[in-house]
Amino acid sequence: MKHYEVEILDAKTREKLCFLDKVEPQATIAEIKNLFTKTHPQWYPARQSLRLDPKGKSLKDEDILQKLPVGTTATLYFRDLGAQISWVTVFLTEYAGPLFIYLLFYFRVPFLYGHKYDFTSSRHSVVHLACICHSFHYVKRLLETLFVHRFSHGTMPLRNIFKNCTYYWGFAAWMAYYINHPLYTPPTYGAQQVKLALAIFVICQLGNFSIHMALRDLRPAGSKTRKIPYPTKNPFTWLFLLVSCPNYTYEVGSWIGFAIMTQCLPVALFSLVGFTQMTIWAKGKHRSYLKEFRDYPPLRMPIVPFLL
Amino acid sequence: MASSEEDGAPEAGGDREAPRRRRRLGSLATAWLTFYNVAMTAGWLVLAIAMVRFYMEKGTHRGLYKSIQKTLKFFQTFALLEIVHCLIGIVPTSVLVTGVQVSSRIFMVWLVTHSIKPIQNEESVVLFLVSWTVTEITRYSFYTFSLLNHLPYFIKWARYNFFIILYPVGVAGELLTIYAALPYVKKTGMFSIRLPNKYNVSFDYYYFLLITMASYIPLFPQLYFHMLRQRRKVLHGEAVVEKDE
Repeated sequence: MKHYEVEILDAKTREKLCFLDKVEPQATIAEIKNLFTKTHPQWYPARQSLRLDPKGKSLKDEDILQKLPVGTTATLYFRDLGAQISWVTVFLTEYAGPLFIYLLFYFRVPFLYGHKYDFTSSRHSVVHLACICHSFHYVKRLLETLFVHRFSHGTMPLRNIFKNCTYYWGFAAWMAYYINHPLYTPPTYGAQQVKLALAIFVICQLGNFSIHMALRDLRPAGSKTRKIPYPTKNPFTWLFLLVSCPNYTYEVGSWIGFAIMTQCLPVALFSLVGFTQMTIWAKGKHRSYLKEFRDYPPLRMPIVPFLL
Repeated sequence: MASSEEDGAPEAGGDREAPRRRRRLGSLATAWLTFYNVAMTAGWLVLAIAMVRFYMEKGTHRGLYKSIQKTLKFFQTFALLEIVHCLIGIVPTSVLVTGVQVSSRIFMVWLVTHSIKPIQNEESVVLFLVSWTVTEITRYSFYTFSLLNHLPYFIKWARYNFFIILYPVGVAGELLTIYAALPYVKKTGMFSIRLPNKYNVSFDYYYFLLITMASYIPLFPQLYFHMLRQRRKVLHGEAVVEKDE
């Protein structure tokens, strides 16, 4: 069996960083990354980007050396992705924050409102309901992170955790401050408005969870396969007929429900910002689906049926 | 704030001719941009002349803002178009960077100087007006000549050297003006919403202004050093190794 030689050059300076000889033709990029780490331990595999062309796309961990368009002496270019942190860690941190922070405001912990309000309780039932909904939402997210989601990537750049936590924690504090404020004004249309909002919220939470489960079932444990998602027997998944990312659709719906329930402008703004970001993600995902699958259902839009 | 993907200058117009090949613009886009930049150069020149004439005739800066405010508001607000230029791609600068730049000018003109009348005769207003005027005349004539492919070196020199003084002077003028406005904002509670209200939101313009002033601390150095790097690249042809993202 002919062995390969692999040389790894820095993508920017073209400096020779590592030379590996006697590499198996069946070796994967993941294995090569591990070998590279041995000579440069500060660059653990998660922060390595190896590519065939200095400006090209990163090779995947599963790619096999023999199947790449290289000669028996392969030249790979290395780019440092920077310090990495696991997706699970980021998700847990960014979701635990809002859960905890909202409760600080709900219980009117000292120094958040005037001292005479310390540890008092709101007299509006909608405020208690809002706390239950908000807390439920983030507990759901935490549990899904631990038990449901199957991540394509193990890690993301470390700086993302600061960015993401600022966003989630900041908005949570901002909306919690007003909803739990002693001068909070309950919704204009009273119980009717709250009931409608609650219905929207619950339906969308169930919908979002259904989609997460359906997506999980698309992919066997430990694999990174990608398939077109289709509606299942669960009616909530029938939204797949109309959109590529119904999980985002339901998520926006949940927050719109919460905004109507609390009649709080910061919540509406949070929903709008979230919708903007999720639309960008949905459009990207939709484009990837279209590129990867020739037979992708043409009726589907990225996030809003027929519109967006 | 300086964008991570774009190499363009922080101000609208983009000046990537020196190290990179120039983007091909359609003739309509070129014609429009040339007209736009000529018009803006002329507008700010008119402003400059009006300011000089006022001071020569009256010998004081009191009443200067009032006399030029219509022209200032017209041309500074017109600059919103620069965001559109980036959005439709006829200018290679990032929408975000241009948006931040133009927004801060609109903020200063409409939300501070126009709205808070007692500070209109502060010296700090003249400080930033002078800085903006010289900066804009230089910048827009730079773009005009670049579009016409006849850029005199002294304009390029001015564009990449004047800012060294003008930028800090302008920032000082802006900050001093906002600072002078604070007591009036606090007293009148202008632009503010208090609780309780049916949208369960509050906004305190006084604290907003304080936060805005504080935001100059991280933002100004970034923009200033970006311009310094651009200057080294354009005027001295230094190879700049861009920081990896």
